[in-house]
Amino acid sequence: MNRPGWGALPWRRWGLLAALALALAAAPLVLAPYAVTTLTRILVFALLAVSLDLLVGYTGLPSLGHGAYFGVGAYAAGWVAIHATASAPVTLAVAAAAGGLVAVFAGLVAVRARGVYFLMLTLAIAEIVQQLAESWHDVTGGSNGLYGIPAATLGGNALVGDQPVYWWVLAVFAAGILVLRAIAASPLGDTLRGICDNEARMRALGYRVYLYKLAAFVIAGSIAGLAGGLLAAQQRLVTPGDLGLGTSIPALLAVIIGGEGSLWGPCFGAAVVIVIRDYLGSTLGGHGSLLLGVVFVAVVYLLPGGLARAIRGRT
Amino acid sequence: MTAATAALACAGLSRHFGALRAVDRVELSLPPGARHALIGPNGAGKSTLFRLLTGGLRPTAGQIWLDGADITPTSEARRARLGIGQTFQHASLFLSMTAGENVALAAELRLGRPWWPAPAARRAVRERTGELLAQVGLADRAGRKAAALSHGERRQLEVAVALATEPRVLLLDEPAAGLSPAESARLAALIQRLPAHVTLLFVEHDLDLVFRLATRVTVMHLGAVLLSGTPEEVRLSPAVQAAYLGTGRRQDLFLPPDPAARDAEAADATSAD
Repeated sequence: MNRPGWGALPWRRWGLLAALALALAAAPLVLAPYAVTTLTRILVFALLAVSLDLLVGYTGLPSLGHGAYFGVGAYAAGWVAIHATASAPVTLAVAAAAGGLVAVFAGLVAVRARGVYFLMLTLAIAEIVQQLAESWHDVTGGSNGLYGIPAATLGGNALVGDQPVYWWVLAVFAAGILVLRAIAASPLGDTLRGICDNEARMRALGYRVYLYKLAAFVIAGSIAGLAGGLLAAQQRLVTPGDLGLGTSIPALLAVIIGGEGSLWGPCFGAAVVIVIRDYLGSTLGGHGSLLLGVVFVAVVYLLPGGLARAIRGRT
Repeated sequence: MTAATAALACAGLSRHFGALRAVDRVELSLPPGARHALIGPNGAGKSTLFRLLTGGLRPTAGQIWLDGADITPTSEARRARLGIGQTFQHASLFLSMTAGENVALAAELRLGRPWWPAPAARRAVRERTGELLAQVGLADRAGRKAAALSHGERRQLEVAVALATEPRVLLLDEPAAGLSPAESARLAALIQRLPAHVTLLFVEHDLDLVFRLATRVTVMHLGAVLLSGTPEEVRLSPAVQAAYLGTGRRQDLFLPPDPAARDAEAADATSAD
């Protein structure tokens, strides 16, 4: 079987991966504080984008509401940190569970639809979730957002400051990527790719296509929730904007710019999106999204298949 | 042979598209291990009947039984799990995957745990995949993308994918369409080597292949069964010859040329087209 799984990675790519991991781990020691927080945001957003790639690239389900599960995870983690415990692993577990749970209910409805209808349903569900976040004051703090989230604690120590937060986010990011990579390379991953490729044939072979799509939707929602939990730990503030289109669309852009179906491509896509939106955007006088649009159009025309294919095609 | 003992049977099976009766009260009964061919001119309803039997299409009326159990309301995926395998008239493969991965996806369902997010039974699936690819003559194509295979190779791969689901009843929709004589002969040999307990129903236009492989032939015409019988009975039936060759046309050729009648007939032919 000729698949890009862990076992198939040649030693050069292992070396590259190790070097990249080392560079990421060492980055806060040399970078300025602002660059560290930007890098943290990129990692959080990259985990969201990669979870979306499981839907878009592997299963062929283009979701326009993936920010909802991210936001639900963020609210859940923030709420638990304020009202119960700030223990980082606990808040993250709750975030992943909340994202997955909401994805179960949304998926039961959305996954039956295909193509544009799926897109519209995910969008509509995300809008409902955002409305709920804005109107359910007692829990979400309404349009003010959920603020005053205490610093996450790990083994009794509070994660205060840019560097500890960064390392925690990096560790969880790496774990999330490993889980998604393992799923993509597993029989379940093959099944999802089969559905993406030829759904009718999968059904004729005897696969319960609906259940597999639902499983993909819930796994993706759960990892998105996990990323949301990281967002709460970093920002210590969650607003309704975090689960709206302002999150869902950039996430989809990151997947397409990076290259769907490759998992690592969307990580770079996420970096491009965050750098343009948060970093260059402020120097362009708030025209970050305009530049993002231009980059998106350029990628679609000049690099079909995204950064991942452009890079892979060259090596 | 009754519905209770047949491997696959249907009665009164109909499918209407508006006023068109694509399949009209068809009755079939395939004993276990049958080699049953379905023939008929284009538009006779053969492919529609196939889709009704596999569950790709809902019947307007009628019933279908698999090993005596009524499967009329059963979904296509569940029928496949119950043992109905199929290949499509137009190859339906996973084009972004290799030939080996195509077969493995089907084998995984029987041998592995396709829902499990960790490798399991990889070895059994790989071995079975190798066996099947060798069986259809694609052993050296395992690592090639399905999209890069020739038309004939795709048809062979279709058969390997269908066999990987270990069907008890196998439906092949024009398996030899577009194959070279050599490829067609290899396909015939493959079908002849199928285990005796597998019940086979196939649509085929190549009548040489039909008479070579089938022990029983059903002829369809305009959605209905014209005749069911042994290959010999079908070959000698005037009704079948009429359905295939058209009535009276041959005699017409030998009539004295009558300009008025010929023009009328030409007008007839154009309007009929």
